[in-house]
Formats: sequence, structure tokens, C-alpha cells
Amino acid sequence: MAPAVKSEGRDAIKRRALLSRAVFLVPGLTYITAFMLIPLGFIIAYTFLSRGTYGGIEFIFTSENYTRALDSLYIGVLVKSILIAAAATLLAFLIGFPVAYAITKLPTNRQNIMLVLIVLPFWTNFLIRTYAWIVLLNTQGFLNKGLINIGVISQPLELLYKPGAIVLGLLYAYIPLMILPIYSSLVRIDPAMKEAAINLGATPAQAFRQVTLPLALPGVLIGAIFVFVPSVGNFIVPELLGGGKTIMVGNLIRDQFLKARDWPFGSVLALSMVIMLCALFFIQARVNRRVLGDARA
Amino acid sequence: MRISRTAVAATAVAGLLLGLTACSSSDTGASALDSNADLSTQTLTISNWAAYYPEDLAAKFEEKFGTKVTIANHATNEEIMAKLTAGADSGIDVAFVSGQFAQALAAQGLIETLDKSFIPNEANLVPEAAELSYDKGNKYSMPYAWGTTGICYRADLMKGDEPTSWNDLLMPKPKFKGKVTMLATERWLMLPAQKALGYSINTQDEAEMGKVKDLLIKAKSNLLAYDDTTFYERLVSGEAVMVEAWDGWCNYGIAKNKNIKFVVPSEGSDLWADTMVILKTSKNKEAAHALINHIFDKDVHSWVVDNILYKVPNIPAMEKSLPALVGDFPNMGITPAELLKGEGIVDLGKASALYTRIATEVTAK
Amino acid sequence: MSFNESDAPFTWTGFSTKWYSVLVNSPNIMEGFKNTLIVAVATTIISLVLGTLLAIGLARYQKSSALEAVALTPAIFPDLALAIGLLALFTSLHITLGLHSVIISHALFCMAFITAIVRGRLAQIDSSLEEAAQDLGDSPVGTFFRVTLPSIKPALIAGGLLAFTLSLDEFVIAFFTNGPSTPTLPIVIYSMVRFGVSPEINALATVVLLISALIVTIAQRNVKVQDQI
Repeated sequence: MAPAVKSEGRDAIKRRALLSRAVFLVPGLTYITAFMLIPLGFIIAYTFLSRGTYGGIEFIFTSENYTRALDSLYIGVLVKSILIAAAATLLAFLIGFPVAYAITKLPTNRQNIMLVLIVLPFWTNFLIRTYAWIVLLNTQGFLNKGLINIGVISQPLELLYKPGAIVLGLLYAYIPLMILPIYSSLVRIDPAMKEAAINLGATPAQAFRQVTLPLALPGVLIGAIFVFVPSVGNFIVPELLGGGKTIMVGNLIRDQFLKARDWPFGSVLALSMVIMLCALFFIQARVNRRVLGDARA
Repeated sequence: MRISRTAVAATAVAGLLLGLTACSSSDTGASALDSNADLSTQTLTISNWAAYYPEDLAAKFEEKFGTKVTIANHATNEEIMAKLTAGADSGIDVAFVSGQFAQALAAQGLIETLDKSFIPNEANLVPEAAELSYDKGNKYSMPYAWGTTGICYRADLMKGDEPTSWNDLLMPKPKFKGKVTMLATERWLMLPAQKALGYSINTQDEAEMGKVKDLLIKAKSNLLAYDDTTFYERLVSGEAVMVEAWDGWCNYGIAKNKNIKFVVPSEGSDLWADTMVILKTSKNKEAAHALINHIFDKDVHSWVVDNILYKVPNIPAMEKSLPALVGDFPNMGITPAELLKGEGIVDLGKASALYTRIATEVTAK
Repeated sequence: MSFNESDAPFTWTGFSTKWYSVLVNSPNIMEGFKNTLIVAVATTIISLVLGTLLAIGLARYQKSSALEAVALTPAIFPDLALAIGLLALFTSLHITLGLHSVIISHALFCMAFITAIVRGRLAQIDSSLEEAAQDLGDSPVGTFFRVTLPSIKPALIAGGLLAFTLSLDEFVIAFFTNGPSTPTLPIVIYSMVRFGVSPEINALATVVLLISALIVTIAQRNVKVQDQI
């Protein structure tokens, strides 16, 4: 059914191309516009308004919310959140990459089962999973009782209600989100590429570093974002595993919206987080593009 | 590319404009209640704390009046306030909120003035409970349960060093360090420090609150955790020896371990009340009033007491339940007169931002 | 480890299934369970469709890092802020809240995750296969179904699973955009778990775990056959 090469045919092709474009792009983009961009507009609007006496919004324009947000108290919380989230992300990568790699080495029928097993804890409710850590690690919990019984320690270890516990909780919560994308990338790497590298004289280690790793990078970067983002904005884990003694920016935002009912200020905090994250994401996209470009060459 | 960026910007602006012109809450105005309304045609959606009501409350009410009842749960006052103040019909008819929040809701015009002719059981109300500072005369709220806050502790683990002052909680002896928890919700976070320093729990004075903040920051290093829900479990397991607790909640711990005791520190404490309010947006106001009246029935309210182990401001109900409970749960026996020695919590209006900021500073350090 | 934790009820009172019957007789929990499933299934379907289309559109038709960033932002957006923004939107449009508003909200961020995963996969697939199909006379739609879709099947599965999981467990957004009479399971659990994790909740967690495992295994079996191609 070769299209006739008349001017009419060419227009038809153009129209079909435009139509295909529309079919693919329009639904998703419209949805995002309606349900994310417009709500975002609301939030931006709120940042310029004032808090009513009892909460809620009053239509009095002010830039006070922005100046308040630059206070060292809030910046400090933001920095702490970034550090904790980054720690969790790094650990997720260090543990997750080898796991994903190991899965790709399994026979294909086993791979799916392993993936399911990885995702399985994820099917348990997040709150319960986090509480499980409390049961495990508290001074009267399994781990301490066990260690005392064996005689390794005499006094219970205070493992909980510290920033380290928060990192652990976040790691356990989000590591499947690191493993899945890495796996997805790794599994699509043509083994022939690696063989070619080895045939050209590379050692397995070099082949890994120069072929596998760069090609897995898209998955790694996506995994990193998938772990970092919910970690930095999380408020449940710091509340439960941190004992409420360490607050992260998610707690701050939640408190502004729920406790203080200061929607304008909370909106500023939320907005600043979004901006920071978008910036990180742009960087990731650039790095991705450059490295992928190299790998293709 | 340029086109898409402009489009993105345009829609964000559209959202901005939408946000600015968002409709404010529609004031339905006070509507007269129909005394002949058929309650079986109405439905009730209630929001209350989980496990803060007898499990069969909805079923019993439905049986009696034919109204379909759904009970939603909220974990904190702040949660339900967020839903109710969001600016549209939340779908909730009756909400259970602490007194100071009822006050805030009333100030925003969100709750109904109660028509007492539909609540004859108000006659059961303890007279002291008609003069509570957040709503004198109970014009727009009826108290469901009330009590005070104090220290809940393991007497067996603290022999000879039982707490008597808020300072025992804030600056515990070295052997108790790391085994203490405090409540995390703002007003109750501040309470121990405010009382220890001799201030009012409703103070708006910045200098005073500054001192409160410093004391709380010092106290933080002695804490195991901030906890408003599982603190009694920690006492039961021995992970903590002393916790800041509401009296009724301490009873849950006492029920599990008889060594747990409750004390109101010497500096005094608060008087809190959890109240029932009816939303103006409710389309089932007759059923809502009937619910409040139903709860104030002496048998129903007594059943509430038996279930939740909190005191209620209902004379015949307490008469009925108290004898069986007071032996095991002494704080049930705190009389209204004694409760009134506690300072009533009121809404802070603009000053609540100050409290939030201090709470943030304390928890962020 | 997850099995260990969720089976905690068994370790104390000895093996007992009594908590499971408590569970089934608890209308609150069953209601929440039903609502959550409805939301998760609807969300997965909607987000798979929208997300895949968008991913293909970005990979093949309009390469723009700005649009890609926009497409992925819902995954990044702090859930609390998104929840508030959506609530503001729904209320100003006078849309009553219910499961539908939760589904709409969940589909938004699930879609972004799916777009990311499928996009990542497409980045590594040679588009020449599709071009070849088109040169051979296949329509874009045909190419889509016969060439593109099969080649991204693993990404679709990974993405679909992810979307289902995310929606199943999602608390914050559901809390703000849901109506009061149709709670989802996380919301029910949140109000219960504040008293410590009771055995019913552990039993519940185990049940959800098993059901999810079952669904996933069945799904995997169906796909594996086609995967061999």
C-alpha cells in the first residue's frame, strides 16, 4: 500500500504525522496540565496571599512568606533533609545495583520471580513496614533482646530515634524503586556489546565499567530520583523512626498545612522544594544525555 | 519548543488566576430545624478519633432512628481541621474536635449554632461544663469527653523517685534519661514547660514563649521520643518509665499493667474537652442534633465511658459507670471541681503561628 | 524479613487464624480494602495508557527536555503540596470528593513513573525497527501495536506493577482528595496503627501481601509466553 507521491499524498502524510503526534502527546500532557500545572498555579497564588486569622486564605498580597522562608531555621531543615535523603539514595544504589545485576544473570524464568520477591515487601503497607522496624530495633525489641541473650552486649543499643534510623527506614521503604529501573536498563543491554568489548581485549572489569555501567546509567539515575524524591519530602519516617526529634522538610510542610494552617507559608516551602528538585532533575537529564551520547559513539 | 514553554506558562497563570478567584465558602445561613423531620431519610457522616467511641455506636443509632451512619476517623485535630477549613463541603455532618478548635471553627463561621430544643439531654450536663472557656454556654459545641493532662509513669520502675512536678519530666534524674516521652501536638508540647515556668498555657507573650522554647530544647536531649499515640505501650514494655499523657489515655496503659500510675503535677495542668460540632454545610442537621442528644443519654454516654475510659461531663452517666471503674482507674474519679482547677485551653488566633514556629525550632534542633 | 514481621501474631499466641476472622468481620477494614482495590486498578489502567502514550510521544515525536521534565514532574512533586493543590482545584470546581477524585490524583503521579520507565526503555531501543515497519507500509497505529508495544512489554509490566503498588499504598494524597465515607486502606490503617500495630493489622498486611503476590504471579505467567518472542 505504497502512498502515492502526489502533493495530496504528501499532505496526507503530514496530517497523519501530526495526528500521530497528537494522539501520543496530547492525552498525557493535557492530564498533567489539568491536574498538576493548574494546582501548581493555585499554590503559587497562595504564596502571595496571607493567612487568615484562623487559617485559610485571605486575599491580601504579601511577599512576607518568601522572606520568612529564607530564615536559617528553615534552610537548616532543608539541608538536613537533603543529607538524609542523599544517604538513603547512595545506600540504595550500593545495595540495589548488585542486586539488579544479579537478577539479570539468572535464567529468564527465575528473573520474574525474583523481581516479585523484591517488590513484595513493597506490597505491605508503608506504615506497617516502618512500624516493623520499630518493633525490631527498639530497646525492648527483637534485635536487642536477641543480642543480649547471646551475650554480645549487656545494655540495649539505642538504635532508634536517631537520624541513622531514618536513613534505614527510607532505604528499606524505597529500595525497590532503585532496583526496578536499574534492572529495566540492564536487561536491555545487548550482551553482544559486552562480548565485543572483551573480544577487543578488554578485561571483564573494564567491559563492565565502560559498557555495562554507562548503558545502565539511565536506569540508575531514574532510580536515584525515585528514591531521593520521596525520601526528602517524607514525614512519616522521620516522625516514627526519628521519634519526632529530627524534622525534615516534609514534616515542616505538613505542619504548615495541618497544624499552623498557614497555607501561604506552607506553599512557599513546598514550592522551594519543587524548584530544587526540578533543578536536580535538569542536571540529571543533561548528564544522562551526555553519557548516553558517549556510549552510543 | 517555545510554543510548549509558553503553553506551560500560560496554564500555570490560568491556575494562578483560578486560585485567586476561587469561590469562598457559601454561607447557607441559619436554617430552622424541622421537628417533624423523618430521620430515617437522613444520613450522617461523623468524624472522630479511632477507638474513641463504642464500636456499636453507629449501629445502635441506626437501629433507633433509622439514619444511616458512617464514621470516618481522624488521627489528630489538625487533620480534621484541614478537611473542614478547606473551603468546600467536606461531606461531614458531625465532627469531634477539641474545644479550642471548635472555637476556631465558630470564628470562621463553619459550624452551626446548636438548637438546644433538639438536645433535651443537655439536662444531664455537669454544670461546670457549661462554662468552659472556649465556648461558654455551649452555643456551638457540646463536650463529649473531658479531662486533664499529666504524667503517666511506671511506679515499679521509679520506686522512691515518683514524679510530682513537670520538672521531673523535663529534667529527669540521670537514670531515667532517654526513657521519657512527651506529647508532640503543639499545645501539649508546650504545656509542661509553660506550667513549670509558671506561665499560662494560653500565653501569647513572646518573651515568655522564648523561655518556654529554651526549656523545651534542653528537655529534648533527655527524651526517648515525641509520641502522642503509642506512649502507653512504651510504658508497658518498659522502654519508657515516664510519659506525658492525657488522663484517659493513661488508663489504656493501666489496663495492661497495674504498675502504671497517673499524676497531675504540682504546678497544675490544663482542662481539655473534646466536643461535638455540627457543620453548617450539613444537610442532615436534625439527625446531627439527634446524635448529640443520643450520646448525652445517660446509658449511651455511660457506655462510652466504659469503652473509652475517659471522663464525660454527664452526671447520671458518670454515676452509672464510675463505681466499677474508679478502683482500677483512679483518674476517672477526678471531680469536675478538681478538673476546673486546670486551665482551659482556648484558641490562640494569630498567635498560633508563634507556637508553630517554636515547635519547629524545638524539634529541628 | 517482611514475612517475619507480618507473621508477628503467630509468634506469641502460637499459631492461630483467629485474627484473620476478626479481620473479615471488621467492616471498616473490608470497606477500606475494597475502596483501595478499586482505586488501584483504575489508576493502573489510566496511568498505563496515558503514561505509555506520552513516553512514546516524547521518544519518537517530540524530543524536548522541557517537555520531558514536565512529564516527570508529577513523580517529583511533593505529595503534600500536590494534595493541597488538587484539593483546591476540586473544591473550586465544586467537585464532591470521593474515590473518583482519588483515582484522578493517583493516576497523575503513577503516569509519571510509567512515562519514566517506558521512556528509559525506549531510549535504548533502536527506532529503526519501527521505521522499517513503517517503510514496509504499516500505519503508525499498526506499528504501535505490532512493533513498539511488544518491544516495551517488560517496561509496561514493571511500570504497571509500580503504579499498582504506589496507588495501593498511597496515603497522603488519598487522605486529602478522598471523601469521608469511602476511606482507602492506608487511611484506615493510619488511624488504627496510631495505637501500635495490632495483630489484626499484621494479619491484614499478610493478606494484602498474599493477594498482591497472587495477582503478580498470574500476570507474570501470562506475559512470559509472549516474552519468549
